[in-house]
Amino acid sequence: MGKTISNKSLSVKVEPGNPSKILADSVFKNFFIEVYSMTAFTFRFFKEVWKPPYEINEILKQSFLIGYKSLPLIAITGFIIGLVLTIQSRPTLAKFGAESWLPAMVAVSIIREIGPVITALIFAGKVGSGIGAELASMNVTEQIDAMQVSDTNPFKYLVVTRILSATLMLPILTIFADVVGLFGSYMGVNIKGNVSAHLYFSQVFQSVTFEDILPAIFKTLFFGFAIGLIGCYKGYNSNKGTEGVGKSANSAVVFGSLMVFVIDMIAVQITSLLQN
Amino acid sequence: MISDENESIETLESPENSAVIEIQNLKKDFGNKTVLRDINLILNKGENLVILGQSGTGKSVLIKCIVGLIQIDEGKLIVLGEDLSTLKEKELIQVYRKIGFLFQSGALYDSMTVRENLEFPLKRQLRMKNQEEMDLLVKEALHDVGLDDAIDKSPSELSGGMRKRLGLARTLIVKPEIMLYDEPTTGLDPITSREISNLIMEVQKNHTTSSIIITHDIECARLTANRIIVIKDGVCAVEGIFSELENSTDPWIKSFFE
Ligand SMILES: Nc1ncnc2c1ncn2[C@@H]1O[C@H](COP(=O)(O)OP(=O)(O)O)[C@@H](O)[C@H]1O
Ligand SMILES: [Mg+2]
Repeated sequence: MGKTISNKSLSVKVEPGNPSKILADSVFKNFFIEVYSMTAFTFRFFKEVWKPPYEINEILKQSFLIGYKSLPLIAITGFIIGLVLTIQSRPTLAKFGAESWLPAMVAVSIIREIGPVITALIFAGKVGSGIGAELASMNVTEQIDAMQVSDTNPFKYLVVTRILSATLMLPILTIFADVVGLFGSYMGVNIKGNVSAHLYFSQVFQSVTFEDILPAIFKTLFFGFAIGLIGCYKGYNSNKGTEGVGKSANSAVVFGSLMVFVIDMIAVQITSLLQN
Repeated sequence: MISDENESIETLESPENSAVIEIQNLKKDFGNKTVLRDINLILNKGENLVILGQSGTGKSVLIKCIVGLIQIDEGKLIVLGEDLSTLKEKELIQVYRKIGFLFQSGALYDSMTVRENLEFPLKRQLRMKNQEEMDLLVKEALHDVGLDDAIDKSPSELSGGMRKRLGLARTLIVKPEIMLYDEPTTGLDPITSREISNLIMEVQKNHTTSSIIITHDIECARLTANRIIVIKDGVCAVEGIFSELENSTDPWIKSFFE
């Protein structure tokens, strides 16, 4: 039942001997232990996600908390990025006499890359760390144990619901960030020069195709999954101590952000393969 | 609501004493560290058994083994006449349902209100759906621990003593036959501790609950214990009633009572 797989029983003991060799050994071993237990955690997710009860209410509640509450932050960042990117790109394009390409170029960069990645990084910082800290503090204060005693599978109730919500919400937030980013870019274009909204958006939609949009949104599903998974893993397996809460939140952000870039790199390889 | 006298001790020595929990040769390691070496104990029906022991001797681990939060390595756990190792998952859940657990840190759900905290075990453990029925039970449970006004508050607004009482209400709402208390008075002032001890005695009296109470608080032990066991080095080192242990000549046992 429940959370019998704990890192603590696997953790490496440092023995006397050559200090640098021991350090290297233990870092090395700890790395593989971490990879192993993270993989086990992922498999457990895929095993439990199909089994009832599906905790629909909890998924909806988490989606609201994760998605809706991130909207203001995502809106501000998206807007600023769109605006700044436009202002920064203008001189270069002007040099080549290609200023009329400004809307198209910025739109493609936002939709293909900047929108998804910036949204995912903000998401890792806000949602990933939030999940890590919340589950870690529930672990320290025995709330996870209490759920299990009340006939509730805490892995399903806490972990599966949060991973699913994160996976579903990030694509939606990305689309939102893209739209706000384009609006910011439209403002940027109009700082110098006068382009009507109609002209601006018709230029954007001429240059942006579904081949830009679909892979970009599709990869955010994986970003969201990774961020949710890592936040849950770090929180659920935290050390039972108050210092565990900060540590979990911190490493959820660090590993979550790192995974975003790793997945992004893989995604760009796959899409360029497919599109050739 | 809270009575100061505990007259129930005599009635417990009745001949129908039967074991509700029997632990035989229980062993539990974490990695290469043995926490519980060889635990043997019996909890009789209607009895309050107090477990003493220094911090880190594995008292919490012991009662978490009883409800299956921690898997045992060796030994036998017999709860309400059933050997847990022979039961299937479904039957195990039936047995666990009859055990209440008051966590050391209260384990209140921070993201829920007091009402939702109390409804959680009703919905989850008893599969209750009728809102009116739940409202009634929630009000009654809060009334029993003197927290009538807290129903729509969030747990973070409550004081330490109130949180403990809410934790107790949430555990008692499903009417368990066995109660396991993990340091119920730790971190509370003497007056609040006494209130909690009195609540524990009331639970014993009103519901004929059998309880294991882990504590460091000698006052709590004096008030609530029918019998005391001291754990040391992973075994049950000493057993007796309060006055026996209090007057012991062994300096180590005496040190608990200072
Ligand atoms: N899940 C766990 N994994 C590893 N070690 C644990 C775990 N739970 C408890 N321990 C260890 O078991 C020992 C006993 O803990 P505990 O039962 O909490 O003591 P106490 O008697 O104070 O309640 C401690 O040394 C603790 O570090
Ligand atoms: Mg303890």
